[in-house]
Amino acid sequence: MTTRLFGEAVQRREDPRLLTGQGRYLDDLGREALAAAFVRSPHAHARVRDIDVAGALDVPGLVAIYTWEDLPERVGRALPLLIPHPALTHGRTAHPLARDVVRHVGEPVVMVVAADRYAAEDACALIEVDYEPLKPVVGIEEAVQGAQLVHEDVPGNVGAHLVQEVAGTGGRGAREAIETSPHTLAFRLDIERSASMPLEGRGVYARWDGRDLRVYSSTQTSTSVRMAVAAALGLPLPQVEVIAPDVGGGFGVKIVHPWPEEVLVPWAAMTLGREIKWTEDRREHFISSAHERGQVQYVRVGFDDDGRVLGLDVTILHDHGAYTPYGIIVPIVTSTQLLGPYKPGSYRVEFTAVYTNTVQVTPYRGAGRPQGVFCMERTMDKIARYLGKDRTEVRAANFIRPDEFPYDQGMTFQDGRPLIYDSGDYPEMLRMIKELIGWDAFERRPGLGIGIGCYVEGTGVGPYEGGHVQITSDGRVHVSTGLTSQGQGHETAFAQIAATELGVPIERVSVVTGDTRRFGYAVGTFASRAAVVSGNAIALACRKVREKALRIAADALEANPDDLDIAEGIVHVAGTPSAAIPLSTVAVLANPLRYAFDEETAKATQFAGSAAPDRPPVAEGEEPGLEGRDYYSPIRSTFAAGMHAAIVETDPDTAEIRILRYAVVHDCGRLINPMIVEGQIHGGVAQGIGGALYERMVYDQHGQLVNASFMDFLMPYATEIPHVETGHLETPSPLNPLGIKGAGEAGVIPVSAVIASAVEDAEGIEINRMPISPSELFDLRAARTD
Amino acid sequence: MEHEITLVVNGTARRVRVPARRLLSDCLRHDLGLTGTHVGCEHGVCGCCTVLLDGRPVRSCLTFAVTVDGAGITTVEGLAGPDGGLSAVQRAFAECHGLQCGFCTPGFLCTVTALLRENPVPTDDEVTEGISGNLCRCTGYQNIVKAVHRAAELLAEES
Repeated sequence: MTTRLFGEAVQRREDPRLLTGQGRYLDDLGREALAAAFVRSPHAHARVRDIDVAGALDVPGLVAIYTWEDLPERVGRALPLLIPHPALTHGRTAHPLARDVVRHVGEPVVMVVAADRYAAEDACALIEVDYEPLKPVVGIEEAVQGAQLVHEDVPGNVGAHLVQEVAGTGGRGAREAIETSPHTLAFRLDIERSASMPLEGRGVYARWDGRDLRVYSSTQTSTSVRMAVAAALGLPLPQVEVIAPDVGGGFGVKIVHPWPEEVLVPWAAMTLGREIKWTEDRREHFISSAHERGQVQYVRVGFDDDGRVLGLDVTILHDHGAYTPYGIIVPIVTSTQLLGPYKPGSYRVEFTAVYTNTVQVTPYRGAGRPQGVFCMERTMDKIARYLGKDRTEVRAANFIRPDEFPYDQGMTFQDGRPLIYDSGDYPEMLRMIKELIGWDAFERRPGLGIGIGCYVEGTGVGPYEGGHVQITSDGRVHVSTGLTSQGQGHETAFAQIAATELGVPIERVSVVTGDTRRFGYAVGTFASRAAVVSGNAIALACRKVREKALRIAADALEANPDDLDIAEGIVHVAGTPSAAIPLSTVAVLANPLRYAFDEETAKATQFAGSAAPDRPPVAEGEEPGLEGRDYYSPIRSTFAAGMHAAIVETDPDTAEIRILRYAVVHDCGRLINPMIVEGQIHGGVAQGIGGALYERMVYDQHGQLVNASFMDFLMPYATEIPHVETGHLETPSPLNPLGIKGAGEAGVIPVSAVIASAVEDAEGIEINRMPISPSELFDLRAARTD
Repeated sequence: MEHEITLVVNGTARRVRVPARRLLSDCLRHDLGLTGTHVGCEHGVCGCCTVLLDGRPVRSCLTFAVTVDGAGITTVEGLAGPDGGLSAVQRAFAECHGLQCGFCTPGFLCTVTALLRENPVPTDDEVTEGISGNLCRCTGYQNIVKAVHRAAELLAEES
């Protein structure tokens, strides 16, 4: 049946416009708008003594200059702390423009509005800011010493401290279990900073018509930007609309909101009565948005002769940068998702999140999981090495078994709900990945190594998403959902769901995301949640519409709704193809009219004889129109899983690391569109390889980010990325109607762990830091021979 | 000081007044309204802004508009046929899922169009090398490489 599209590799509906230059990204809008630019702090830590704008006043095209003192009280307030947590005892956020102290290079200090960006930057260059430099805090170790403070009122630079402990049998804690274990190991791991780095940076464009404000933002959450902007500007919510146009990648960074610019640009547009646009440049993105990943982990583990983990004790130092707008989601995710597919006898995890004078840390694809998986997988490899066992054997000894689902890990997850895995089959997945990479047949030799990494990813977090589905009298199906898209192909995947549920050709279905004019209630696109939460909401909304369509059609066909089916957009009596009515006509009948505008709609007017005169045209409890709205609010997260393996070759002279093969087996429940899922995995793996071998944020002792350009921050090109071989395992989620789990972040999560495992295998040197560069491997070799 | 220049963009002569420092990318996007050419780094590394200058791929963010006065420029908007039908390269990218967010795509399309003109049957290594000046953060390149080979096939079928 042609309308059975769920699960098919349907080509993307987004592509024709994106391939012809007809996409509408943020900077493609507002051609007549004024441009904003910002004077940003050149110091990592300094007090702003004075700002002298005199030199900029004669710049041709200058319209306005604003400092913090120019902002109304409500606009100049500290930005919201988006996700409060009791353990975040000292949460701190920035002001839209620096009030008195700047805490990282790149913090905005002055906003300039001018005729175009060239003029705005000319003016920025002529504004003199007098800074009193303060000693910066750079790096986790300097932060924990607490000798210098990032925030005067945050002692020891500690923003948050959280301990979670899962006791073993007999209530024994992890530390006690480790003491009495047959074998113990202790080690330290280091993970560098990286960043989402979408190729389109952030951007905001605002229009004010004297009553209503329209804001376009390159964001991962338009509904929440809307609420934050309305609150900051003191506007009634219905007078603010926010639209995410085509967005050139997000990968986490664009979930943060409201950015200073998302408050300032709309405010200036209202103040000046002019359209204003700000488009972030690449250096701004490096020094003014957000980074992730940086952690130091201290691990102690106790285990038995089979490699079974009896106790695991992990202490994490998490670098939060200068501010904590997104709360402590990243270290919470690290702490909980560290467990992966395993069930240690007991587990204790403690993290301390510290402030440094660097760019703030908020989720980047994987959102703390790559660090947790690195920790657990390094632990598994070290146990295997210590016991002289095969690395996959030790993992298998620790797996949760398929008959143990739902499996309660006994912790609290990032959504505040219990960490209970819904479904999975880890032994089968291990068998598949070993077969795909040829684990058992692999012949090890110096300079050639094989590695493995396993993960479980909580996806599809709540609280909810919604879907609205409307069938109009032309037979078209209009689907909308509030969350946004940044390349995941939602217009296609959601259309596949709607076409399948409603029995209509996909060509008739159109999907709108991220536009608060179409759907006002939503959370956003992050945590591999869009397909799970919006996908199910849209399916439920479609089912409501389908039920209504069958009810109306049954009336018109004088049939029982139970005997009706919909195919190719036509409702028909099963087994009697001649008794049929197209959905377009059903849509007409669903909306009793006084006024017709074509032949079809004339059928719904008052003298057409289609309505019973003894009943109200719209029956009690009914609404006009063939449309429906529903929400999906998951009880808790679903848990996708995956295992990756790689074969690497290391150069004996240059220590260059080359990935010869890379294999992925993953389970994201039922697949909506396998082509899109594979694309997500390929992209995630490439970002993971960037994080494993190339990408790092290099701060000097003064807090200057010395590699803030694409020349020096090494994102992989095609030349660095191997062919990725993939295998799929489907264990449907029992938690949602469609049985799906999320896939967006999957690819990136275990890559550092896999590469470390493989390099260690090739070299016989313990790999405890990521990323690893040729020069670092060279140094490790030298240290070994010394 | 402004300069009046003529750019033959996608076959149409366009006269435009620009200051000497106006980047070709900004001129195309903001003066001529051809926003299909994207700007990802403004320092010539990412390749998003790649356009064809007299048939050869160049970084429009590293090119001053005044320096290409009189030249022929092809942007992503000019790759499809006069009837609006997608080019072989465009069709191959759709077929092979060679794009996700689409931001780097115009640069890749221009680069690959020139690559296949010069080398209609590239090897794997030649494809990798040929696209190694363009960054993509979404796809991991695998489907882009596949799309280049597919485009070569489609072009061979067409000729």
